[in-house]
Amino acid sequence: MPTTSENWNPGKAVDRHPEATYEEKERLFLEVKNDTRYEDFLYGCYECGICVSACPSARFYDFSPRVIAQAMAREDVERIYDIITEDIWNCAQCFSCVRCPRQNNPGGLVTILREVSLKNGLQESKDALQGYSRVIYKVMLKGNQVSPDMLQPDFFPDWGPWVQNFSQNMQVWRKAIPMDSIRGVTDAAWRTDRKTLLELYTIWFESGNMDIIKELDESLYDLLTDVMNEELEEG
Amino acid sequence: MTELTTVEQILERKSHPVVRDATIAPTDDMHDRLLELEAKGEIILQRMTGDVVEFPTKYGRMKKIPIEHTWHHKSCGHCGHIPGYASSILWLHRQFNLDYVDPTDQTSCTGWNYYASGASNAVGQAAVMSRNFAAAYETGYFPMIHCGTSFGHYKEIREQLVHHKDLRDEVRRILDKMGKPLVIPEEIVHYSEWVYAMRDRFKERQLVDMSAITATVHPACHYYKIVAEDAIYDPEIYGGQRTAVVTALLEKLGVNVADYSTWFDCCGFGFRHVLVQRDFTRSYAVLRKIETMINEANPDLTVTHDTGCVTTLDKSQFAAKAHDRKVGVPVLSDAQVAALAMGAHPFRVVQFHWHSTDWRPFLEKLNIPWQKYWDEFQGDLDQIRAGTKSGITWQDADTPIKLQSI
Repeated sequence: MPTTSENWNPGKAVDRHPEATYEEKERLFLEVKNDTRYEDFLYGCYECGICVSACPSARFYDFSPRVIAQAMAREDVERIYDIITEDIWNCAQCFSCVRCPRQNNPGGLVTILREVSLKNGLQESKDALQGYSRVIYKVMLKGNQVSPDMLQPDFFPDWGPWVQNFSQNMQVWRKAIPMDSIRGVTDAAWRTDRKTLLELYTIWFESGNMDIIKELDESLYDLLTDVMNEELEEG
Repeated sequence: MTELTTVEQILERKSHPVVRDATIAPTDDMHDRLLELEAKGEIILQRMTGDVVEFPTKYGRMKKIPIEHTWHHKSCGHCGHIPGYASSILWLHRQFNLDYVDPTDQTSCTGWNYYASGASNAVGQAAVMSRNFAAAYETGYFPMIHCGTSFGHYKEIREQLVHHKDLRDEVRRILDKMGKPLVIPEEIVHYSEWVYAMRDRFKERQLVDMSAITATVHPACHYYKIVAEDAIYDPEIYGGQRTAVVTALLEKLGVNVADYSTWFDCCGFGFRHVLVQRDFTRSYAVLRKIETMINEANPDLTVTHDTGCVTTLDKSQFAAKAHDRKVGVPVLSDAQVAALAMGAHPFRVVQFHWHSTDWRPFLEKLNIPWQKYWDEFQGDLDQIRAGTKSGITWQDADTPIKLQSI
C-alpha cells in the first residue's frame, strides 16, 4: 500500500505543493512505478550515502540520490512529487550513484521521473528545458545531438574567442577533415543517408516519442511532424 | 571484540593485484541469456570475424575485442565538435591496413538527448540502437562504438531487451516496418578497448618520444559505471581497482601517468547542463577536476576516452581564467595521443585547432614543431578557399609526419 500523508510523512508535515491533489501525485508515482525498468533500478536503500558521496550534483545543488531512492522505496507520494517538480533536472546523469551496494540506480529512477514529468506536461520540466528545443529539433530530424553550425558565439560565449574563430572558419575547416562521412558537413555531425533518417522518423512516431514532444512543446511538435510526415510521404 | 583494520592493512591489501572470479561476481552477466534468445530465434546474435583478442572485465569474464572488420558507430559529439577524435581512430586503423566501414547508414544513439531531456522512452531508445545494429549486421562488419555514452547506453538497453520480452516485442514490431531483424552483437565494444588491445602495436610504430609528458587520466563515467561488469580491468593497472583502458595505453607509450584524488568524479558534462546550464558544468570541471589535477599532479595533458569529457574539460577552462582559477591543461582522447605518438599530422588528422585550451606548450614539449605543420595546414585551407582543392582526404593525411624514429 502506498504511504500517504496520513499514515507516514516524516519531516514533511508541510505540503509543499498544494496546487496538486494527492490523487494526482499518486497517479504520477504509479506511472513511474509501472515503468518496465522500475524494478531493475530500485531494490531498497541502506541509507549509507555512498551514492551521495559520488554524486556531482549533490556537491553543487541541494540534491540527493539517496533521498530519491528512499522516497521511492517508501512510496512516499508527497516527497516524490517534491522530487519530480524540484530536483530531477539537477541530476547530471553520470551514473556515479550506481556504485550503490544494493545495486540501486538512482540516476535511472531520475530518467523515468523525467519521462513521466514530460508525458504529463509538468510546467517545471518545461521551464527546465527552455532553450533546449533547438537541440531536440536537431536530434530528431538529423539523428545527431550536435552539429558544427550550433557552435555560435551567442550560444557558447563562455567558450571564449575560439567559438568566434571557429564560426568564421567553419565551412573551410569542415572540408579539411579526412573522413569521407564528415568532410564538408556543417548542419549535422556526419552525412546520413536519407533512408536512414526516414527509418529514424518511423521510430519516433511508432515508439510514442512524438507524443512526449507534443506535451513538452506543441509548436516544436507541429514543426517536426510537418517535416517528418512530408519526408515519409515522399518515401 | 573485532580487531580494527588499520589504514596500513588496507593499503597493504590494495597493493596486491585483485584476483577476479566471474562465477562469484556481484552482478548478473547476461551473455548466456543472449545465447538462449538466439536459440529461441528471438534475436540474431552477431559474431565477430577476423582477428579477435580477449581481455578480462571487472569481475573476470573474458571480453572479446575485434581487431578488424569493424563498423564504426560514430559519435555526434566527436564528429560535430572534435572531429580529430574520430579521424584519429580511423587513421590508426589505416596505419595497420585494418578493414573498416565508416557508415552513413547510422544515426547517433540519441542517448545524449535522452539523458539531457528525458524526451524519449525505453522503446524509442531501444529501437534506435537496434536499427543501428541491424544496419551494421547488413554490412557484415562488427560494430565498434566511438562514444562512451552510446557504449554505456547500449549496454543498458541490451540488458533491458534481454530481461523484458514486452520491450523486445515492441522493438521487433517497429523494426518489422523497416524490414530489419532484431540484432544484438555478441559484445558491445568501445573503441578505447580496441586502443587498449592495440597498444603494443602502437608502441612498435611510435615516432614521438613521450617520456617528458606527465598526464592525468579521466575515466569516462558511462564507460565503466553503467553496466559496470562490462568494462576492461587489468591486474597490472591500478591493481585492477580501476578500468585499465587509457592508462595502459599511456604507460605503454612512455607517458608518466600521475594520479589525483578526484579521478572517480564525473567531468561535469551533465548532458542538459553542458548545453543550457553551464554554470554547473564549468564549476565542476574546473574546481573538481582541472584545478585538482594541477594542484596534485601538475600535468602537461589530461587524457580521456569519451566525447563529453573532452569537450567539457577543454571548453570549461576559458571562463575560469576570469576568476583566476588554475587552468591551462590541454585535453585529448587516447586515440589522439596514440595517433600523435605514431606521427599523425597535428592538424590534418588530430585537428588540434578544434581544441580551446592552449595545446602549443604540450606539442613543444614533445619537440613537434607545430608552427611548421600549422603553416602547412593553412596552405591546405588556402587551396580549399581558392577552390583548387575540394578538401583534405586520407591521401593527404595517411602518411606520418617526418620525425626521427625513437
